[in-house]
Amino acid sequence: MMKPELLVTPTSVNDISVLADAGADAFLVGEEFFGLRLAGEFNRNDVKKAIEIAHQKGKKVYVAMNAIFHNDKVDFLADYIDFVNRVGADAIVFGDPAVLMTAREVAPDIKLHWNTETTATNWYTCNYWGRKGASRAVLARELNLDSVVEIKDHAEVEIEVQVHGMTCMFQSKRMLLGNYYRYQGTTMEIQRQGQEENLYLYDQERDNSYPVFEDENGTHIMSPNDICMIDELDELVEAGIESIKIDGILKSSQYLQVVTKAYRKAIDALVEDEDTYFDIREELYQSVADIQPKNRPLDTGFFFKETVY
Amino acid sequence: MALEQISRVIDGKRKIVKKPELLAPAGNLEKLKIAVRYGADAVFIGGKDFGLRSNADNFSIEEMAEGVEFAKSFNARIYVTTNIYAHNENMSGLEEYLEGIQGAGVSGIIVADPLIIETCKRVAPKLEVHLSTQQSLSNWKAVQFWKEEGLERVVTARETGHEEVKKMKEKVDIEIEAFIHGAMCISYSGRCTLSNHMTARDSNRGGCCQSCRWNYDLMMDTGNQQQEDQAMFTDDSSPFAMSPKDLNLIMSIPKMCDIGIDSLKIEGRMKSIHYIATVVGVYRKVIDAYCDDPDHFQINPKWVEELAKCANRDTASAFYEGTPSYKEQMYGEDNQSRKTNYVFSGLVLDFDIETNIATIQQRNYFKPGDTIEFFGPESEGFSQVVDTIWDEKGNKMEAARHPLQIIKIKVEQPVYPYNMMRKNKGKEHQTS
Ligand code: SF4
Repeated sequence: MMKPELLVTPTSVNDISVLADAGADAFLVGEEFFGLRLAGEFNRNDVKKAIEIAHQKGKKVYVAMNAIFHNDKVDFLADYIDFVNRVGADAIVFGDPAVLMTAREVAPDIKLHWNTETTATNWYTCNYWGRKGASRAVLARELNLDSVVEIKDHAEVEIEVQVHGMTCMFQSKRMLLGNYYRYQGTTMEIQRQGQEENLYLYDQERDNSYPVFEDENGTHIMSPNDICMIDELDELVEAGIESIKIDGILKSSQYLQVVTKAYRKAIDALVEDEDTYFDIREELYQSVADIQPKNRPLDTGFFFKETVY
Repeated sequence: MALEQISRVIDGKRKIVKKPELLAPAGNLEKLKIAVRYGADAVFIGGKDFGLRSNADNFSIEEMAEGVEFAKSFNARIYVTTNIYAHNENMSGLEEYLEGIQGAGVSGIIVADPLIIETCKRVAPKLEVHLSTQQSLSNWKAVQFWKEEGLERVVTARETGHEEVKKMKEKVDIEIEAFIHGAMCISYSGRCTLSNHMTARDSNRGGCCQSCRWNYDLMMDTGNQQQEDQAMFTDDSSPFAMSPKDLNLIMSIPKMCDIGIDSLKIEGRMKSIHYIATVVGVYRKVIDAYCDDPDHFQINPKWVEELAKCANRDTASAFYEGTPSYKEQMYGEDNQSRKTNYVFSGLVLDFDIETNIATIQQRNYFKPGDTIEFFGPESEGFSQVVDTIWDEKGNKMEAARHPLQIIKIKVEQPVYPYNMMRKNKGKEHQTS
């Protein structure tokens, strides 16, 4: 069995070394100006440092450029891609074809991972972006396990799947929080830095809490639960999924360390000897459940859920 | 696009020679025909598969062919939306389906998923391929990408503004279609899975249940286990909501024509024939008037009022004219669909010029004494009070009570088949 890469999104440069030691094989970093919903803000210097540290430890770093770009940002793409290429990033993650077009001009050899999140839903389209230059497709989280495996079976590109953490359910370009405050008469301006991270929308009917935040890409609403597939990894790994991701958004660095370690153990056990994995998986699950923040129940996302339409 | 290709001086008067296409929605054949009669240059419809709006009535291949035939006689074109993001299991049947659409004589399809784009190019090459707004296309470089992929047209994201579209038009030689009227997502299209999470319905395959329009409580987690989470609203304010006002770009039509946007699109395949007739009718007049004499053009306030008569929400210009503030959203009571004062109450079938008697198919209750108005593509419309109502046999009736019943009334000005009659509820005749 091939060992999938364990990809983690770190909250800061300081995480790189500890998470590498905890067992991460690769990191996704970047800045809000170009990337969506990152666990931490990495300016150019941070990206450079992250790559140095990771490469020393034999780990990879991917840089996020998967925002939806408007004309005003197109002019900044070439310079950033050139920078990312020069500092030796292992790949650029994109959703907007403008990034692909610019990369062809500026850094034709850099690897590209296609990630629009919601729209990677069938194998043909993954391969389509492969023919356009992507070496990897990051699948939509709204797919069930059978679909994921089927895509992998037909894929001519690497397949990356998120197995842990929060997911995005909604992105609007509108400033929905700011608008709501202004509608109410500005009395609730939030000033303290970091406070925004703790806002959520409470859905009385479903008794769910959806984290919500605003940044320069608009308003983002996140899933009420954290995916946790640590005890259900066998089919994904057997199918040969190349990369499994732990998303660290709105999580602490300590949390990420524990979870990364647990997944490391799970993957190693699984590849070594499936029975060991089956013996320890409940324990591993429990170790994650024990440190879940309040309001963040674990579930299995859409892996075992059917959607209708 | 060069400006001289858009307008030219003819007999001493400047005219817009590159008139944009007016593109209307239709959920069934009746609506399609109304859209065309009221002046749509093209109509987009949904088929049985591969389109969003899985609960709108949709066209079979035979109905598409009939729609195409009808549209042809008015020189109008038909497009079919096939804009889902397909899952593996949706892939089978696609080829036959696209061949069927091509066979029906449809002009093009509106697509989001490259699977459908490439399959169409392979099996149904006569169809034009238009990129759906589901791709949230927001910059000229991405437009360039789709141009190089061989697409004939792209629909811009609803988040793009006038200057952005202008630049796309200048930088890339491709047709651009932009929304001008109707309801819209508050999220970037294609980037919302609220319904998937809340109700297990896949929004990107047409299952959206508009979870964005529900109410939520905005709360703050204080980070302190001992302390309760804090409500970010007061008792007398409305809950957090994400309902955008509907799009209405009547005021922007002139500048949209000036930059050579190729197609102006009205949303609403689920909407009634009354809605389609009203909205298409108004925009037809605006586009024609502007293109005929752009230098002396003025918006007729009547057109603006007319649009409001079929609106069930307040409207705004959204991103086309800048970043929308809270004023372009609806909270609390306003968040509920609001009915206008006007109700569609009859469709004109015939008119006798000798007797001034109109034959009308009833669509909603009305009675003598009610104030009604007629409108249609032939005239600016007029209003009058209902006098006697007769049934088909000439018997006097107390009121027109039965849906689709054929009745006759005297009208004060000529009317034409397919003209519509609406009642002003605010001026209903009180009998008691
Ligand atoms: S929930 Fe709202 S924003 Fe999301 S897809 Fe549906 S209508 Fe659009």
